[in-house]
Amino acid sequence: MELLRLATAGSVDDGKSTLIGRLLYDSKSIFEDQLEAIEATSTQRGEEHVNLALLTDGLRAEREQGITIDVAHRYFSTPRRKFIIGDTPGHIQYTRNMVTGASTADLTIVLVDARHGVIEQSRRHAFIASLLRIPHIVVAINKMDLVDWDQEVFERIRRDFTDFATKLDVPDLTFIPMSALLGDNVVDRSANMSWYEGATLLHHLEEVHISSDRNMVDVRFPVQYVIRPQSAEYHDYRGYAGTVRGGIMKPGDEVVVLPSGFTSRISSIDTADGPVDEAFSPMAVTIRIEDDIDVSRGDMLCRPNNQPMVGQDIEAMICWMSEASQLKPNAKLALKHTTKWVRTLVKELHYRLDINSLHRDETATELGLNEIGRVKLRTTQPLFFDEYRRNRSTGSFILVDEATNITVGAGMIISAG
Amino acid sequence: MSPTYQLSDVAALESESIHIIREVAAEFERPVMLFSGGKDSIVMLHLALKAFAPARIPFPIMHVDTGHNFDEVIEYRDRRVAETGVRLIVASVQEAIDRGDVVEETGPRASRNGLQTSALLHAIEEHRFDALFGGARRDEEKARAKERVYSFRDEFGQWDPKGQRPELWNLYNGRHAMGEHFRIFPISNWTELDIWHYIRDEQIDIPEIYLAHSRNVFLRDNMWLADTPYITRMEGEELEERQVRFRTIGDASCTGAVESPADTIDKVIEEVAATRITERGATRADDRRTEAAMEDRKKEGYF
Repeated sequence: MELLRLATAGSVDDGKSTLIGRLLYDSKSIFEDQLEAIEATSTQRGEEHVNLALLTDGLRAEREQGITIDVAHRYFSTPRRKFIIGDTPGHIQYTRNMVTGASTADLTIVLVDARHGVIEQSRRHAFIASLLRIPHIVVAINKMDLVDWDQEVFERIRRDFTDFATKLDVPDLTFIPMSALLGDNVVDRSANMSWYEGATLLHHLEEVHISSDRNMVDVRFPVQYVIRPQSAEYHDYRGYAGTVRGGIMKPGDEVVVLPSGFTSRISSIDTADGPVDEAFSPMAVTIRIEDDIDVSRGDMLCRPNNQPMVGQDIEAMICWMSEASQLKPNAKLALKHTTKWVRTLVKELHYRLDINSLHRDETATELGLNEIGRVKLRTTQPLFFDEYRRNRSTGSFILVDEATNITVGAGMIISAG
Repeated sequence: MSPTYQLSDVAALESESIHIIREVAAEFERPVMLFSGGKDSIVMLHLALKAFAPARIPFPIMHVDTGHNFDEVIEYRDRRVAETGVRLIVASVQEAIDRGDVVEETGPRASRNGLQTSALLHAIEEHRFDALFGGARRDEEKARAKERVYSFRDEFGQWDPKGQRPELWNLYNGRHAMGEHFRIFPISNWTELDIWHYIRDEQIDIPEIYLAHSRNVFLRDNMWLADTPYITRMEGEELEERQVRFRTIGDASCTGAVESPADTIDKVIEEVAATRITERGATRADDRRTEAAMEDRKKEGYF
C-alpha cells in the first residue's frame, strides 16, 4: 500500500472542513465516540444534520482566543492507500500556513465555491502549490447543489482556473464537481451530475500516479550520522547513515564525497534487516564505502558524473514567516540545508512578489510576514544543492533567527548565484 | 525490491521515523527516549535500535514510573533493557511525592497519572536533557494532531500551541537556549493500525497483557478497570472475571481494558480494524476528565 501526503487549505466558509469530514466519514475512518461527540454538539446547536465540519474542530485554546493553529494532521486509509492530510486553515496567516502544510505534499486540494467561482484565495492557493511544487492539484468545485448541479457553472470555473494556471508551473490539474455537504462525488458518485464522467475525489486520490514524482535520476545522499559501533564484533565498522534524497544507489557504484572530492565505491548498503541491493528516496539506510576516507555529517555522497551545484552564492525564493521581524538586505541568519547548518547573509532582495497578481515589486526593501520574494544569499560554507524544481529535498532550506532560534523563512533554490 | 521503486506505507513511515531519530542523536547534546512499556514506545525503541544498528542506541531510555504498574509491564521493561543493553533511567512519581513536589490524590478515583509531569520535569532538570523522544501519535487525540514532530518546550516545560515553529520539508529546527528542551515525536504519523501491523511484521515482543487473557475486573464509567492494589472500588463495583485485553498501557489505576477474545496479534489487528471507538476514548479515564483534558496536561509539560 502506498502513502499519499495530501495538503488541504481554506477558510471557514468554503466547505473544507465539511469535505474532510465527509472523506473521513464516508471512508469509515470516524470512530463512534468521535461521531457521538459531534452529534451531541450538533444537536445542542440546533443543527439539522450532523455537522461533519466539527470533526476538524479545534482546540479549546483556539476557540477561546479565536485563533487557529496552522497545521492539523489527519489520517485515513482505504484498501488501496494510506493518506496523511496536512490541513491548514485560511485567514490572514494563509501563506505561512499553506507553505508549512504543503512542503512535503504529493497533492493538494484547492476548494472553489461554485457560487463564487475563482476568487483571490483560489489563485493564491494555486500559486503556492506551484511555488512549493506540489505535483498534483485537484480543484474541488464544491457546493454544486447550490447552483442546481449546472454543468455550465463547472465548465466556466474550469476555464477561468485553467487560464490562470497557465501562468504557473502546474504539472497535473484535475477538476471535480461536488457537494461535500451531500456527499456527491466525494466518495460516492453523484446521481445529480450524470454529465460528469471523471473520477470521484476519493477514487482520484487512490489512483493518481505519484511514484514518478520523486527524483530517481540524481543520486543525493546527505550524510546524517556516522555509525561506529566500536564493539569487538564490529570493530572496523564505519557506516554513513542517512536518507536517500534522489537517485538509485547500488553496491559497487562509484561515489564522490563532497566537499572533499574523494571518490570511492559503495561496498554495502546496510539496514537493520540486512544489506539491500539498492536504495532510493526516501529510504533511510547506512552506506559503507570501500576506502577509508574522512566523511562526516553534512557531507554528501553522489555520483562523480552527476554532482549537485556546490557554492556559497544562491538565488532563491523566500517565504517569510515571522511576525516579529522582516527579511532585509544585510541580515544575517542561520540556514539549514539537508543535514548542514551554516550562516548566511542576505546580499540582495531582487523583488517582492504579489501572489495575487504575480506582479514583481522591484522597489521592495523588505519582506514581512507571509510575503514572498526573490533573494541572493551568501553562505559561510559551500552548500551542495540542486534547483528546487529538480529536487525538493536538496533544493530547499529553512532560515532561522539566531537570537530567538525561531524558524523565520522557507527557501526554494532557483540557481547558483 | 519492487521494480516501481515504491516504498510501502509502513516502510515509508519507518524511514521517516528513523530519519528523525538519527537527526536528534546528531544535533542534541543530551537526548533521552521515554519508555512506558506501552506499544507505541515499544515500536519507537525498536525503530531506534534499527536507526543505529549495528551500534547501540547512543542515548538512554527513561521510564516515568507512577509506582502503579502492571507487573507484566515491568518484567517486560527489564527484559528489553537486558536484551538491548540500553541504559535505563527511572523517574519516580513516588520520589516526587516523598520530596513534597506533588500531593497524592485521594479517593476511589485517585490517579497518579497527572503526577507524572512533576517527576518528568524533575528528571529533565536533574539530567539536563535537551530532547525527549515520546511515542505520541497524531491520530490519538486532537491536541496531538496539531503538534509538531519537534515540539519546543520553554524552561518551565510548557507547550505553547500557537507559538509553534513552522516545520518544513524534513528540515527540523532543534535550536534552543539553555534550560529549554524539545519533545520529539518520531512516530507522529503512525496510526494505531500501523503500529499493530508493524508489531506483527517485525515480530516485536510486547507485554502479554495486550493480548486477551482472563482477569478480575470491575466496570466503572463503561470501562473495565483491573483489580489492582492501587485502586479502591466504590459501592456497587463488583469484581468479575472476564476475558480482556489492554489497548493502551498507562498508570494501572486509570487504564481500562476491553473485553476481547483476541489472543494473537492477528486477531488484535482484525479487532482494531473493525473497532469503532478510539483507543483513548475506550480506555483512558484520564482523557475523560474534561473535554480538553489532554490539551491542558500537555501545556503543563505532560508527554
